[in-house]
Amino acid sequence: MEQLKLKDLYDGFRNPQTIKALKRLLDKEAKKLNTKINIMEVCGGHTHTIMKYGINQLLPENIEFIHGPGCPVCVMPKERIDHAYLLSLQENVILVTLGDMIKVPGSRGSLQDARSKGADVRFVYSPLDTIKIANENKDKKIIFFAIGFETTTPMTAALLEHVIKNKIDNIYFHINHITVPEPMRVLLDNQDCKIDAFIGPSHVSVITGSKIYEEFVTEYNKPVVVAGFEPVDVMQSILSLVKQFNENKCELEIEYSRAVSYDGNLAAQKLNDKYFIKAEHFRWRGLGDIPNSALKLKDEYAFLDAELIYKDILPNEEIDDHKLCICGDIMRGVAKPNDCKVFGKACKPSSPLGSCMVSSEGACSAYYKYGNLL
Amino acid sequence: MKTITLAHGNGGQENNELISKIFYKAFENEILAKSEDAAIIQDGTLAFSTDSFTVSPIEFPGADIGKLAVCGTCNDLAMMGAKPKYLTCSVIIEEGFEVETLKRIVASMKKELEVNGAIVVSGDTKVVPRGSVDKIFINTTGIGQIQQKGISSNNIQEEDMILVSNSIGKHGATIFASREGIDFSTSLKSDCASLWPVVKKLIDSGIKIRALRDATRGGVSAVLNEWAKQSNICIEIEEEKIPVCDEVNGICELLGFEALSLANEGTFVMAISKDEVQKALKVLKEIDTSKEAQIIGKASTLHREKVVLNTAWGTQRFIDLPTGELLPRIC
Ligand code: SF4
Ligand code: SF4
Repeated sequence: MEQLKLKDLYDGFRNPQTIKALKRLLDKEAKKLNTKINIMEVCGGHTHTIMKYGINQLLPENIEFIHGPGCPVCVMPKERIDHAYLLSLQENVILVTLGDMIKVPGSRGSLQDARSKGADVRFVYSPLDTIKIANENKDKKIIFFAIGFETTTPMTAALLEHVIKNKIDNIYFHINHITVPEPMRVLLDNQDCKIDAFIGPSHVSVITGSKIYEEFVTEYNKPVVVAGFEPVDVMQSILSLVKQFNENKCELEIEYSRAVSYDGNLAAQKLNDKYFIKAEHFRWRGLGDIPNSALKLKDEYAFLDAELIYKDILPNEEIDDHKLCICGDIMRGVAKPNDCKVFGKACKPSSPLGSCMVSSEGACSAYYKYGNLL
Repeated sequence: MKTITLAHGNGGQENNELISKIFYKAFENEILAKSEDAAIIQDGTLAFSTDSFTVSPIEFPGADIGKLAVCGTCNDLAMMGAKPKYLTCSVIIEEGFEVETLKRIVASMKKELEVNGAIVVSGDTKVVPRGSVDKIFINTTGIGQIQQKGISSNNIQEEDMILVSNSIGKHGATIFASREGIDFSTSLKSDCASLWPVVKKLIDSGIKIRALRDATRGGVSAVLNEWAKQSNICIEIEEEKIPVCDEVNGICELLGFEALSLANEGTFVMAISKDEVQKALKVLKEIDTSKEAQIIGKASTLHREKVVLNTAWGTQRFIDLPTGELLPRIC
C-alpha cells in the first residue's frame, strides 16, 4: 500500500523562518492600525493552535484573540451528556462515541464513570468503525452518540446510509450535530460584543464551503478569514485581517485554499440533507437556546432514533452548570479562562467543573495545558 | 476519586494521585519515598523492581508482551545503574489462550534475557476463566547489581544537560496504530529494547550519570515533570532538537497527540553535567538502540518545578503531565 505522507500536509506550515517573517510583517502592519482589534477564533482547534504554539506571544499589543464557542464538547449541555450516560447503562447497550466525549461530566457523572460502573462505552476514530462493533455484537444494541459541527456530520450521515442500505438492525443514533453560523450570529447580536473580526475553522468549511460566513461580512460588517490549523496559517490569517482594516475593506477570505472552496463539498452536503433537517431548538451550554442551530434525524428515520426509542428514560429538563463555572462568558468571548475563580484550583483536567476544562479543544484546557508564560 | 477509571493507569496526573494517596500512604518508608525506577536496597548495592504487563494487541510490530515484560523490568534496573541479574516471572492466562502464541512469547522473553545476561529464577502460572483477564498478563520482578552509585532523579543541578537516547513516541504510536488499524505507517515499529547494554557502555566509559529514566507510560513529558519536581529545578527543552520520526508525527497529527506524551519502551532520558555531555553523546551514537540520541535541553531556574518548551520562533509554553486517557480529538 502506498504510504500516506502526512508530513507534507504540515511541514511548511511550521517553518520557524516563515513564522518569524510573518511576525515582522504583522508588527509593521499593526503599527498602522488606529484602533485595537479583537479577533475571535470561532473554533477550539484554533484556540489550541494559538496556545500550543504560543501565537498569542507573537501578537502586537493592539491585537487580541477572543476565544469562541467552537468546540462541540464544550457546548454540549449537561442534560444531553446525561442522555449518553443513561443510555450507556441500559442493559444490552454499547454506547459508541468520539474521543473526549468520554471525559465530560454530566450531572450524574461522565461516560468514563459509567464505564467504571460496568457500562460498555467505546470510542471510535470514525463513525464507520461502529459497523465493526455492531457486527461483533449482534445480540447488543449499539447506540452511536453523534457529536460535532458540520465537520463530522457527513461521517454520521455515511454511517446512516450504510446502516440503511445494508439493513443492519442493531445500530441506533442519538444526534447532537450542531452548526456554526447561528451561535456566531447570537454573539454578534449581543450588546457587549467586542468582536471585530473572525478566524473561521477550515475543517468546517471543507464541508460547507466558505459561503456560510458570507452574511457576517455583508450584514454584520465583520471580516472573516477561513484559516487552517498550523501556526503559519493562523499568522497569515491575522495578517490578512489587519491588512483589511488598514485598507478599509471587509471581506471574506480563504487562507486555507489547500482544501476549502466557496461552495465546499457538495456531495457531503447532499448526504447530510438526505438524513437530517434542522432541529427547532438546541440549548447550547453557556449560550442558551439557539433556534435552528442543530440537526435532527428526518421523521422517516425515526426507527433509528435512540432519543425517541428511549424517550421514557431520558430526562429533558435543563440542568445548570456549576455556579462558579464561567464557561458561558468564555465562549461568548467576554472572559478568559484565567478570569475564572476556580481555574487550575478546584477545576483541573482531572477534576473538571466544566467541560471547557476537559474537552481537548476547550479554552480552559488549552490555558491549563500550555500555561501562559507571558 | 470514588471508583478507579482507566485514567488512573495513564502514567500521568491521575496515576500519580492514586499512587500517592493510596499506596505510598499505606506503605510509607524511606526507600519507597525516593520514588525511583527501582528501589535501592542492601546499602546501595542492589536494585529491586517489579512491573506488570498488559498490552493489546499482545503481538505488535517490533515486539510482543514477552519482550516487553523482560525489557520493562530489566530497564528499570538499568536506569539505576544496575546490571539485571535475577528475574521472577508470573503469568495469568485466560482460558482458551493458544499454546503456540504462549511459546512465541516465552521464546522472545528468553532472547531478551540473554541480551541482559539475566536469568529467571522463580515463577508462577495461573489460568483464569474466560473474560477475567484480557488474554495474558505478565508480571516480572528483578534484582540487579549496582555498577554506578548515586544515579537519582533527585540530584539534577542547574546547567545539567538533558538528553534523549532515541527518537520518541514510537511504542505508543505503534500500539495505537495497530489497535486502531491505522495502516499508513508500514515502517513504524515499537522501540522496545533492552537498555542495559547502552548503560553499561556509558558506565564503562567512565561517564558519571546524574539521572536516568526510561520514558514509558506518560512519555518524556512525565519523566521531565517528575525530575523538575523532585530536583526543584526548571527543565527547558528546545522543540527543534527533540527527535521525532515522521510516522510518529503523522499519528500525532491525525489523532491530536503529543509525541512527548507517548510511551516508549526502549528510550531513556538522561541528565548529565555539561562537561560530560559530548562524551556521552558519542557513546550513545555508537550503539544501535541509541543512535538517534540528542541533547534536547538543560536544567535552569526559570520556573522551578516546571518543564518549559522553547519553540523555534521564540515562544514558550509549559509541558504538563499528560492527564486522562489518551483519547483522539473529535475533529
Ligand atoms: S469541531 Fe470543528 S469547529 Fe469545533 S473545535 Fe473541532 S475543528 Fe473546530
Ligand atoms: S476553569 Fe473550569 S469552572 Fe472555570 S470556566 Fe473553565 S471549565 Fe468552567
